[in-house]
Amino acid sequence: MDLEALMRCLGTGSCVVTQLTSGLIIGMLLFLIASGVTLIFGVLNVINFAHGSLYMAGAYIAWTLYQVSGSYFVSALGAAVAVGLLGVLFERLLMSKVYGSNVLMQLLVCYAVVLISDDLVKILWGPRVLSMGMPAEFRLPPLRFMGGVVPPFYLFMIGTAMAIGLVLSLIIARSRFGKIVRAAAVNGPMVSALGIRVNLYYAAVFGLGSALAGIAGALAAPVRSLTPGMGFSILIESFIVTVIGGMGSIAGAFVASLLIGFTRSFGSIGFPLFVDGVMFLIMALVLIFKPSGLFGRQQR
Amino acid sequence: MASTNAREVNRRRLLKGAGALATAGVIGMPAILKGQSGAIKIGVPTILSGRVAVLGQTSVGGLHTVFDKVNETGGINGRKIEMVVRDSKGAPQEAAKVTRDLINNDGCQIIIDAEASSGAFAVQEVIREIGVLCLHTNSETSSLTADPKLHVPTAFRTARQGIHDAIGGGDYAAKIAKAKSLKKWVTCSPDYAYGRSNTAEFMEYAKYFDNSIQVVDEAWPKLFQPDYTEVVTKVLNAKADAMYSALWGGDLVAFIDQGNLYGLFDKQASFMVNLGDYGIVDEVKQFPQGVYSGGRYNRTVPPTKENEDWYQAYVKTQKHKPTNWSWENAVAAELLVDALRKTNGDTNGKKLAEAIKGAKIKSPFGVDGTVTMRAEDNTLINYVIGYGLSQSKDPYISDFKTSSWEPILELEKAWKKKQGYA
Repeated sequence: MDLEALMRCLGTGSCVVTQLTSGLIIGMLLFLIASGVTLIFGVLNVINFAHGSLYMAGAYIAWTLYQVSGSYFVSALGAAVAVGLLGVLFERLLMSKVYGSNVLMQLLVCYAVVLISDDLVKILWGPRVLSMGMPAEFRLPPLRFMGGVVPPFYLFMIGTAMAIGLVLSLIIARSRFGKIVRAAAVNGPMVSALGIRVNLYYAAVFGLGSALAGIAGALAAPVRSLTPGMGFSILIESFIVTVIGGMGSIAGAFVASLLIGFTRSFGSIGFPLFVDGVMFLIMALVLIFKPSGLFGRQQR
Repeated sequence: MASTNAREVNRRRLLKGAGALATAGVIGMPAILKGQSGAIKIGVPTILSGRVAVLGQTSVGGLHTVFDKVNETGGINGRKIEMVVRDSKGAPQEAAKVTRDLINNDGCQIIIDAEASSGAFAVQEVIREIGVLCLHTNSETSSLTADPKLHVPTAFRTARQGIHDAIGGGDYAAKIAKAKSLKKWVTCSPDYAYGRSNTAEFMEYAKYFDNSIQVVDEAWPKLFQPDYTEVVTKVLNAKADAMYSALWGGDLVAFIDQGNLYGLFDKQASFMVNLGDYGIVDEVKQFPQGVYSGGRYNRTVPPTKENEDWYQAYVKTQKHKPTNWSWENAVAAELLVDALRKTNGDTNGKKLAEAIKGAKIKSPFGVDGTVTMRAEDNTLINYVIGYGLSQSKDPYISDFKTSSWEPILELEKAWKKKQGYA
């Protein structure tokens, strides 16, 4: 523990700016991934343990499209669309067969997909580390606020994640699609009885959640190394965020992501050896005092 | 009468027993003969999947460069060498299970353990129990062979040893620290056995050679951690003159990519022992300037025809560049072939161990064209160690300074005494 170092940091403008933006960066990427998990659970009541593989697919597809097109925006958009479609296929061909089944069966199906996708990535792209490198548009010197350092690409990443979060919330809250999806989440058979093809909406929600993972992978690709199996490393944290925020709550995922992000960024200074422990402690406290999560709905 | 009967019964028993023995011998003989005349089976537990799959791929590549050539010229006394490669997925318990299976079920007579450190320690315990010959080719954690409590007579290490790199690297870093007045250091290494021991040993010897060096902060990211933002900002906040890192593989690439965003490498000198490997140094897109790297494997280190020939042969057959793991496995294969020739193909663990212990062989990776398997602790010495300045273009390293082995061996003795290993 080095609380003295933490206090010193909190008393220094440059350190506060650097660590705050660091926390936002970590949080916003986590939010994109976790919002996909929570959206799928909220509507379909399914925990997508293969979500990390979709993130990995997004990163690799973005890398490939970038090599071909040379445009980062094209590659990021292309990755989101491609992974969204992969998600629809995954839902239609596999997950829809285990809706309502024991959670262990759903876990088995997802784990099989994780193993297969890790090996597929190895076959298609090889086992070596791949790096996209910073796209030319963002090769700019870091910005300075109050002596703190903020890379321009990270500002883009934070802004994109927030914009996507806002659009997602508006879609779910205000659009016809969102209304039907929310109704299907409460009572799918009744919505179906009204003549609405609920299965299509289920597939669309899975596709949307997958696209969120895909865009997260594309945003991470310029700054993280690509290796087979990279999806596993973000899966645990995204589940922690989902549990803390509340399963099925986008707003909860947003708040929880920021909480985890700031815990990591300031914790690396104040309690570097306990950062993971503190994250799990927060999760444990939420499970004890508010098991449905900070913004989750009560389970009936 | 009774005694005559008793003698007859005994004779019958004797004849029955002899007959049974003879039958067993006749049935069993082909199997025994096959064991000595069939292929020499070598089990290779390694990592072929997940984030470190490249470790397994390039390790097996290094073995092929030697074994394929031996098989092309008829094998050992007419017996071909057959590798049986299995994936441990990087899990130590799986590495132990796979090793047992290779010996008990696949009939492997020798083990080349191409696991990372966590797996290697698990495999060591299996070898202790079973007693076949084992060569650890990738684990650099010093204690595997330095600690006499872990010693197994039939287990050897051809991987570079952390303490050797630390002494050579510490000396190199101290010279630069004195020249450039690099007094305040920060470290950033993965939080597991290799990262911790490697970093502690490097800084110990950097301070030994320049006692004005002080470590002002340490960052310990988790192994395979995807995001290094908070680690980079912590290192920045330390406001040090220099940084040492034992990060490797994809973690190192991610750290460099993220560090570049903050201009981390402009603000301090950086020493990264694992940057020099192909697959890393040629994959980083925005290469930082002025980063010093250890010599992992490079086709120009040493700058000999033998090294270049081996590199060309590797690339031609394996279709990718070799890594540090590749040369370590190639040396293991060379030592094994040399030992098998001495035992006339006998794969008995004790006999092979006797043949390998103290062996000195020609090698393109040795400082003077040879490497030696040191008898006192079954570990490899005299391989090329050193540091140079990393660069983004072929040959990816310049101004390489090869460390001398005399001071390394002297200081290693003192280190072993301090650790209670001697």
